[in-house]
Amino acid sequence: MTDWKFTARQLVRNPLSLLGIIIIVIFVFIAIFAPLIAPTPESHQQRPYMIPRDGYRAQPEPPSEDHIFGTTQGQYDIFYGVIWGTRSAFRVGLVVIGIVVVIGILLGSLAGYFGGIVDEIIMRITDVFLAFPALILAMAIVAALGPSLNTVIIALTVVSWPSYARLIRGDILQVREEDYIEASRGLGASSARVILRHALPNAIYPTLIMASLDIGAVVLSAAALSFLGLGAPEGYADWGQLTSFARNWIVGPPGDPLKYWYAVTIPGLFILFFVLGWNLLGDAFRDIFDPRLARR
Amino acid sequence: MNTLVDIRRLKKHFPIRGGVLRRPIGAVKAVDGVSLTIKRGQWLGLVGESGCGKTTLAKTVVRLLRPTSGHVYFDIPDAPKAQIEALESADKNSRELASLLKENDLATFSGHRVQLFRRRAQLVHQDPFTSLDPRMKIKNTVAEPLIIHRVLSGQAQQTAVKDLLTRVGLSAGQMERYPHQFSGGQRQRIAIARALATKPEFIAFDEPTSALDVSVQAQILNLLKDLKKEFGLTYLYITHELLIAESVCDYIAVMYLGKVVEMGRPEEIFHTPRHPYAQSLVAATPVPDPARRVGRIVLPGEVPSPANPPPGCTFHPRCSRASKECHELEPPLEPVGGDHYVACFHPL
Amino acid sequence: MKDLIRIRDLSVRFYTYEGVVHAIDDLDLDIRQGETLGIVGETGSGKSMTALAILRLVPYPGKIESGSIVFCDRDSGGEVELLKLREDRMRAIRGNKISMVFQEPGAALNPVYTIGDQISEVFLLHRRQELGRRARERVDNLLNDGNGFGAGLKRPFWHWQSRIYDKIAEEPHALEPRLLSHIPLFRRLLWRLKDEASLLTVDMLKDVEIPDAARVAAEYPHELSGGMKQRAVIAMALACSPELLIADEPTTSLDVTIQAQMLELFRRIKADKGASVLFVTHNLGVASEVCDRVAVMYAGRLCEVCTVEELFLHPLHPYTRALLDAVPMPGKELQTIPGALADALNPPPGCRFHPRCPSATPLCQQERPKLKAVAKDHMVACYLF
Repeated sequence: MTDWKFTARQLVRNPLSLLGIIIIVIFVFIAIFAPLIAPTPESHQQRPYMIPRDGYRAQPEPPSEDHIFGTTQGQYDIFYGVIWGTRSAFRVGLVVIGIVVVIGILLGSLAGYFGGIVDEIIMRITDVFLAFPALILAMAIVAALGPSLNTVIIALTVVSWPSYARLIRGDILQVREEDYIEASRGLGASSARVILRHALPNAIYPTLIMASLDIGAVVLSAAALSFLGLGAPEGYADWGQLTSFARNWIVGPPGDPLKYWYAVTIPGLFILFFVLGWNLLGDAFRDIFDPRLARR
Repeated sequence: MNTLVDIRRLKKHFPIRGGVLRRPIGAVKAVDGVSLTIKRGQWLGLVGESGCGKTTLAKTVVRLLRPTSGHVYFDIPDAPKAQIEALESADKNSRELASLLKENDLATFSGHRVQLFRRRAQLVHQDPFTSLDPRMKIKNTVAEPLIIHRVLSGQAQQTAVKDLLTRVGLSAGQMERYPHQFSGGQRQRIAIARALATKPEFIAFDEPTSALDVSVQAQILNLLKDLKKEFGLTYLYITHELLIAESVCDYIAVMYLGKVVEMGRPEEIFHTPRHPYAQSLVAATPVPDPARRVGRIVLPGEVPSPANPPPGCTFHPRCSRASKECHELEPPLEPVGGDHYVACFHPL
Repeated sequence: MKDLIRIRDLSVRFYTYEGVVHAIDDLDLDIRQGETLGIVGETGSGKSMTALAILRLVPYPGKIESGSIVFCDRDSGGEVELLKLREDRMRAIRGNKISMVFQEPGAALNPVYTIGDQISEVFLLHRRQELGRRARERVDNLLNDGNGFGAGLKRPFWHWQSRIYDKIAEEPHALEPRLLSHIPLFRRLLWRLKDEASLLTVDMLKDVEIPDAARVAAEYPHELSGGMKQRAVIAMALACSPELLIADEPTTSLDVTIQAQMLELFRRIKADKGASVLFVTHNLGVASEVCDRVAVMYAGRLCEVCTVEELFLHPLHPYTRALLDAVPMPGKELQTIPGALADALNPPPGCRFHPRCPSATPLCQQERPKLKAVAKDHMVACYLF
């Protein structure tokens, strides 16, 4: 039985991981077919990520024929926002995690493999970054660079890379002591070859598991920044932005507290399912790659 | 028979660090002054218990570790060695000495010279379950030395890998598999194939059969015998089992606490050991013969820590023949007839 | 000699992802009282699994499929079917009547407790009655000898202690001491039990020839060498004077000279304590050193069971002979067994050794040979005999 077949079967066999896969596949589908699901109006063709608005009234409007999820504060269409916001979520999650994993692997494997002074320098720098509260540092960066989706990505990258560098370093340290690393050195392999061909392929799995778990967490942090007003420009299709619009409408007028439920619930549910999907998937990966759970 | 590997007064100490500043506060004297020659075509057995420094010695000889002091000459004629000895004893002209060492002493090699040496000398590890990269296909593992040294590429490389695998008793059809799909014996064959890839002259084996079953061990030992004959190899074979060394090696060195205490031909070591430690090692070796189990000598106590070895002869605390001399002076390794050497003031 | 353990038709299977592994296949084996029985075999022969099956400790995903293991208690004379015993009754046998020594002494000891604590634990678990009796004697001595003002004050307390230890000595699970031992602070009133246990522990450590036993008892496992740890583990196993000591490759991780010390110790244990020892090993040399009888296993089945002299002087089964020829011996050409070990998932039909056997017949490929006696104390499973 090949490895990937075994992996695939394990994924499908566990109902929770299957659920995770289904959720993520649905989101991928939404992101790809966003222009078909929520077509951009003619007037908006130049900037499809800006949510079309129907008037300027502050009060959200309930779901109707024209706006099936209703509109939020300022008459932005919630349906359009959450569908196109899926693309923003993937962009933030995948780009941040992608950059972070690359930086982590680079610095972590250098620190772990060479040790000594290299290790000392890299690890003290990560300590400095880890000493700041992550969200507050991210807020400061966004505030300094000016709010936009790209600044959010930069800010989240800056606060997330140190933990990846540490994780990889630890795993490389462990793998470095293995006989096959020494055997490879004994054959005359260069350090680069040992790291790339032997150390990394054996040390990278915990990082990949953490990365898949973290994609949801990154999207959650981005939403939190947007909710605080430090995110995409106003009107940009972004789930955090939509929840931010609903900030004043969480509780309805006296006597009808659930009047504007759609304004906060619908974007909230999208965030919830997105994060849940990645967490379930990450858990499934962990179960599969955990060496203690040998094939039984 | 000319000398291939010449080890002189080799020492390898590992520092023990302590305190806030991680300063060295002591050293584990893993190998502490070993002189040994391995002749071309010889199968030298290095026998000793855990912690006696035999693995460290092998790793130092193949330059996976850099010696603390001493020289390792690999295929060097006698003239420069003598010159170095003379200069060292005279203690003059350090520049000439340095350049001579750089040319000849493996311990000072670096860069290109090490790379050239690696093609000629290989190490096979003890545990075949950890010495192969679990995420690499067998064909890539065996081809790795060919790629590193740019010996062969493309189709020729594939053919070479196939030949190597068939030579060690595996089928070419198994090339695409991963290590976990093989048994311990097969993995050790793969490790041997990898060691053979660059056509080395010298291979060091670090207990290659200790993780294997008895019947598999016999297969591997016979394979090594055949390969040695076929390729004209020289072996340094490390083992803690005297019986293996006795049955396959041409010459045996017994180590205790970083030093060689006795060297000789297998039958000399096994039947007429002269060092008390070698004698008790022979006596302690379980032999599958119930008639032999009476009247054996059981050595008292345990091996002291190599970080803090006893003064004088390191074996004296466990030795029944120890005298005052043994507590103070270190016995030199001296010939006791033929190729038989013993480091003991009161040999048996 | 009478039997201590009678194993009949024992089968252990492992339900793995790749398929079902027949780790032990219809095994019949007797362990006699006061003997050292060796089980010899290579990887996957099922030798360790046999040992674990006796204690019903076969690890997941393995299962004891069928068969019976009868334990004939030497003290009480009763016979118990171990495989049908309730789990709590089984626990009372493990570490008490039957105890085990593992290959890795480091893994068998808990790194956060001292050696003494861990051995005392065994006494406190299985030997409460005796501890109670000894503690009461000590208190009674105090009551008899103690005089003066201090002793007068303590007298009522001593009386109470004497009463409660007496209860423990009579019935270790009596309500009052049991309640007491569960209440924090109050359970300290039973400190004499612990004291007695540590006294017994030091005796036990002396018994396995640990020098300076009192000091070693206060040390943590990492402070001891491999040989000392293994001695401590053996002391723990012997704490309750078991009737059967199972040793699973107890000397494999040790150096040759330490192994020789350990084999000496095993020989003495058998002579002094009269306990049976089941000695699992892959090393034929070690087996020849300590065993009285040897059982040779291959791929989950027994090939040959005979006395140690017979095994090395007149081996019958082709596998036994091949195995002996594969052992390096001075002045002997090394013989190899052709082929590889039987595949655990798809074992060959008939005799499992037939693909590698030089004298295999068509019958060997079809039908499994039964274990039959060919001489006194010599059984072999082969059609040649």
